[in-house]
Amino acid sequence: MSQTGNTIAPQPASFGGPSAPRIAASAGTGGLGAMLGRAIPWIFVGLFLLFTLAFLVAPTVVLIVQTFIGEKGFTLSYFFGLWDYQYRIAFENSLILGVASAITGLIGGFLLAYASLQPGAPSILRTIVTSFSAVAANFAGVPLAFAFISTLGSLGFVTIFLKHLGINIYGMGFSLYSLTGMTITFAYFQIPLMLIIITPAIQGLRAQWREASDGLGATSWQYWRLVGLPILTPSLLGGFLLLFGSAFSAYATPYALTDGNIALVTIDISNVLSGNVMSDPQVGAALSTGMILVMAVVLVIYSFVSRYAARWRR
Amino acid sequence: MSVTASEVEAPLPKPSARKAYGARRTLSTGNWIIIALGAIFFITPLVMTGIFSFWEGGSKYGWSAYVLMFEAPGFWASLFLSLRLGVETMILTFVLLVPAMIFVHLKAPKLKPLFEFISNLPFVIPAVALIAGLTTVYTGPAWLISTPNYLVIPYFFLCLPYTFRSLEVGLGTLDVRTLTEAGQSLGGGWGQIIFLVILPNLRSALVGAVLLIMTTVIGEFTFASVLLFHNFAVFINDTGQNAITEAAALSLFAFLLTWVFMLGVLITSRRGAATVGGAH
Repeated sequence: MSQTGNTIAPQPASFGGPSAPRIAASAGTGGLGAMLGRAIPWIFVGLFLLFTLAFLVAPTVVLIVQTFIGEKGFTLSYFFGLWDYQYRIAFENSLILGVASAITGLIGGFLLAYASLQPGAPSILRTIVTSFSAVAANFAGVPLAFAFISTLGSLGFVTIFLKHLGINIYGMGFSLYSLTGMTITFAYFQIPLMLIIITPAIQGLRAQWREASDGLGATSWQYWRLVGLPILTPSLLGGFLLLFGSAFSAYATPYALTDGNIALVTIDISNVLSGNVMSDPQVGAALSTGMILVMAVVLVIYSFVSRYAARWRR
Repeated sequence: MSVTASEVEAPLPKPSARKAYGARRTLSTGNWIIIALGAIFFITPLVMTGIFSFWEGGSKYGWSAYVLMFEAPGFWASLFLSLRLGVETMILTFVLLVPAMIFVHLKAPKLKPLFEFISNLPFVIPAVALIAGLTTVYTGPAWLISTPNYLVIPYFFLCLPYTFRSLEVGLGTLDVRTLTEAGQSLGGGWGQIIFLVILPNLRSALVGAVLLIMTTVIGEFTFASVLLFHNFAVFINDTGQNAITEAAALSLFAFLLTWVFMLGVLITSRRGAATVGGAH
């Protein structure tokens, strides 16, 4: 019991005290045991930070260094190499896919959330929408790609069914394996994702606000334009950014849909990594750095936007 | 859900002469159309995948894709690999993340912003970029990078934003400090306090995190495919190269798996708030 001094001390310092008897009884090294007891929290916190440093931060830093340091020191040539036609197209496609599928998800998710949250909606409908959204938002990648290949692929059942009706969608220029097709496929997880994100915000729209605007003689359109949408805007924008991010960095779904034959940044990086194309490792690093830059900008805007979104939730 | 639902339903405005908002007890036609369109969009691919999986060429339909699926040499091996990786990711999360977060709440609230920042990093660093970095930094040792267990490291980070959030919510509702002091005043050591006091109180957050890890890891394709390990998603993709009906059967199976895990999440999370994993 070398800890008597400690047990008298107030709150935080007394942590080592009560555990002392147990340790003293076991080995008679109370001082060491108590020290260990105090150190344990820091060991675990340190372990997590070290692990993150080694396997998340270090790989990222190395990529960025590789992008900007050539054989003769600092260089921007690899980074500006991203403006080469083939990589510029990949970035353009990824950005278009991100924006297009985020807009689809935004509109679809908002409308579905709003419709199913109406006071008149049966509660069973709400339960179904909520639980299905949770599943669909997580249903992505390879199985999702095959589900859409079975549906809208060149031999998909809907494609063939429409053909029987005299509508040849592939003849009309549609392809599941294009950016349009991918936007439709991505909508399967983007819409539910948006629905999950926006539901709390819509529920936060108080009925009193609507009553007040009705009482003042506003039309439904005026209510939405002047009250509803301005309040929802930060949440919608935040959702848009998250959706953009999930589509921009998607790899599994486009790869399985097109077998890797589409110009997207993620696919290009994996081609460099697996040696499918002859190029310097620096190209892969530069592409990755470009993606990280885009995502960092997205996250910074998101953190600003979400601060505004929290303002109306009380 | 229960709180928010009643919030929406309870304060219905009195029917006024001006607008019939709130007096309306059923959904308008426009809303029903939106819901119907949504239902069509979400159900059609599932039904088509189902029909496709029963297709045996021409106008013949039957179970053969399912028979072939279960008999395929890679099926059980890849499924078990994915499940095993899910369990290993879960263990890593329990060893690395859970105690660290508990201790940060308890002893170093100043580190919270740092942890929050770290939990957002996997969102900023796309999976392919992380692989590019990992393969550059780690070219050995063989015991680390040559077995599928290597995948557990990126999977840990892939799940981190969601496991972090789930635990953060769970810890936020607990008074960790009081619980710990109570435990210590009763003579408990760290092990006893964490296992007997804090973890049981975090049960629903932990179950949610675990199910989310399982969903994410089982569906994960990117890391395994680029690093050439044959997990379940890679197996589905390989099958799809030459046996599209089997791939359809497998996709439906994967959907059911997702469904099972997410239902678990919905049932265990008290608020009923759905959570979202990320391996698109």
